[in-house]
Amino acid sequence: MPDGVWSKCEGCRRIVYAGQLADNLRVCPHCGHHSDLTAIERIDLLADPGSFVELDAELTSCDPLRFVAAKAYVDNLAEARERCGLAEAVLCGRASISGHPVVLGAMDFRFIGASMGSAVGEKVARAFETAVSERRAVVFSTASGGARMQEGMLSLMQMLKTSAAVRRLAEERVPYISILTNPTTGGVTASFAVLADVVLAEPGALVGFAGPRVIEQSIKQHLPKGFQTSEFLLEHGMVDDVVPRGQLLARVTLLIDYLTGGGGEAS
Amino acid sequence: MRYRHVLDFERPLVELETKLEELRSLDLAEHPELLEEIDRLTQEIEALHESTYSDLSAWEKVQLSRHPDRPKTQDYLETIFTDVVELHGDRLYGDDGAVVTALATIAGRRVAVAGHRKGKNIRENIARNFGMVHPEGFRKAMRLMRLADKFGLPLVTLIDTPGAYPGIEAEERGQAWAIAESLALLGGLGVPVVAVGIGEGGSGGALAIGFGDRLIMLENAYYSVITPEACASILHKDSEKASEVASCLALTADDLLRLGIADEIVPEPLGGAHRDPAPVFQEVRERIVSVLDGLAGVPAQELVEKRYERLRSIGVIDESAG
Ligand SMILES: [Zn+2]
Repeated sequence: MPDGVWSKCEGCRRIVYAGQLADNLRVCPHCGHHSDLTAIERIDLLADPGSFVELDAELTSCDPLRFVAAKAYVDNLAEARERCGLAEAVLCGRASISGHPVVLGAMDFRFIGASMGSAVGEKVARAFETAVSERRAVVFSTASGGARMQEGMLSLMQMLKTSAAVRRLAEERVPYISILTNPTTGGVTASFAVLADVVLAEPGALVGFAGPRVIEQSIKQHLPKGFQTSEFLLEHGMVDDVVPRGQLLARVTLLIDYLTGGGGEAS
Repeated sequence: MRYRHVLDFERPLVELETKLEELRSLDLAEHPELLEEIDRLTQEIEALHESTYSDLSAWEKVQLSRHPDRPKTQDYLETIFTDVVELHGDRLYGDDGAVVTALATIAGRRVAVAGHRKGKNIRENIARNFGMVHPEGFRKAMRLMRLADKFGLPLVTLIDTPGAYPGIEAEERGQAWAIAESLALLGGLGVPVVAVGIGEGGSGGALAIGFGDRLIMLENAYYSVITPEACASILHKDSEKASEVASCLALTADDLLRLGIADEIVPEPLGGAHRDPAPVFQEVRERIVSVLDGLAGVPAQELVEKRYERLRSIGVIDESAG
């Protein structure tokens, strides 16, 4: 059979046909396993058709440290741009969700693990600033391996920059909803991702600060099953809810409605 | 001879020093011919001392920053502050030994102090988890930050941690949440904030209390997005390449100054702060006081705005059209 027509589900190892998977928002019809989405698919999932207008599309990373280890950072960047057709690991823009004006952001794990360097941090901070000045709710789908090592301390500082931007949003009482998707770890989790007014997570997503391998090495034992999943976080009181992909749009719409003053009164 | 912790790059020097000590312990009246040898060795040691400790590589600085004898947060609390009142606990879960929070006085100025706390020996280090912070440690620091903000006390932070602790319980109690909330809080404090990198600046665990209106770095302190070992094991699948990776990560005080992240560097005696801590303590005290005096009377809103602008300016991007 030609490549791409069917694949094996990572959750249940059963055969899933491409068309079937696409029709079901890339959720396995057999076991409910949620496959990763690209940033563009994330935007399409929530934004009203044709409403997304990207902000700072031209803004990209440089190689300020001329970083080379195993591979040169400039080559990592070039490859990621080529493969993903994106300038950076995050897309931010104005959009509407069920008619509500929002700033919508989504990260793309294929782009150097959606790690946060100067450009990602800057785009995220500007997105929050746009939301403040236009009083648009923010909806952000996160995915990330953490800070982008290849930009050293400049990357680490983006955690503080984006967190400070969220704080300003909160001060202005502009609502912020984040959706933690597989995987969200490290410096992105430990900054803007979890600072939302309402934090949702997709089923089965890996979400945490330290990566599972790092923890296993540190404690020298195997991690319990289900550790650092969305469900684990729900159980420990860290997220507001785990929402299946098919229900995300409705849930986000309702939440924006509540947090923007209940403008769309219940009937 | 007293036990002394020897770093790899110090070994040739220490070998010569040991040899010299052996010679000196001999009866020189009986072996006058050794005097010349002693002279020669003394000169050789002097030269080697100079070359060993000048132009340290990034990796050598990382090693020095972790030196067990290096002055720790506790030493600073005891020497540059007076009337120290330690405040314990996060009011939620526990009292993390890896973080100390206190009200203190520095040259007559009342401040709040938060610092990572490493131990000086195994027993202390076990109690303090080697300075690796759990969520309750960050939440303890946040309590102090709120207190400082509420009562107008400037905040002084001392950075010295390998990082936030990677463990099961830390994740269960929301390590990422604790760090993120601390960062947001730090960004919005309406009091002056001075951060001092005294040793290790390990990633998010350091950052959670590790920035302010001014960042002062000790000459051999490091501050990094990831430890060189962890970075080497990810990028090279080989933690032995840490020394190579350390120089790529731009983690030294000089690098931070160049990148516009650190503002000033406190020089250390040749061989590191532990060789002669007194002048280091004095210099750190003077620098902190001078920053505090410079920021005294600045309105809260202005402090927050300036800090935000400062943060917003950090990063290197290209907007020339992709
Ligand atoms: Zn399945």
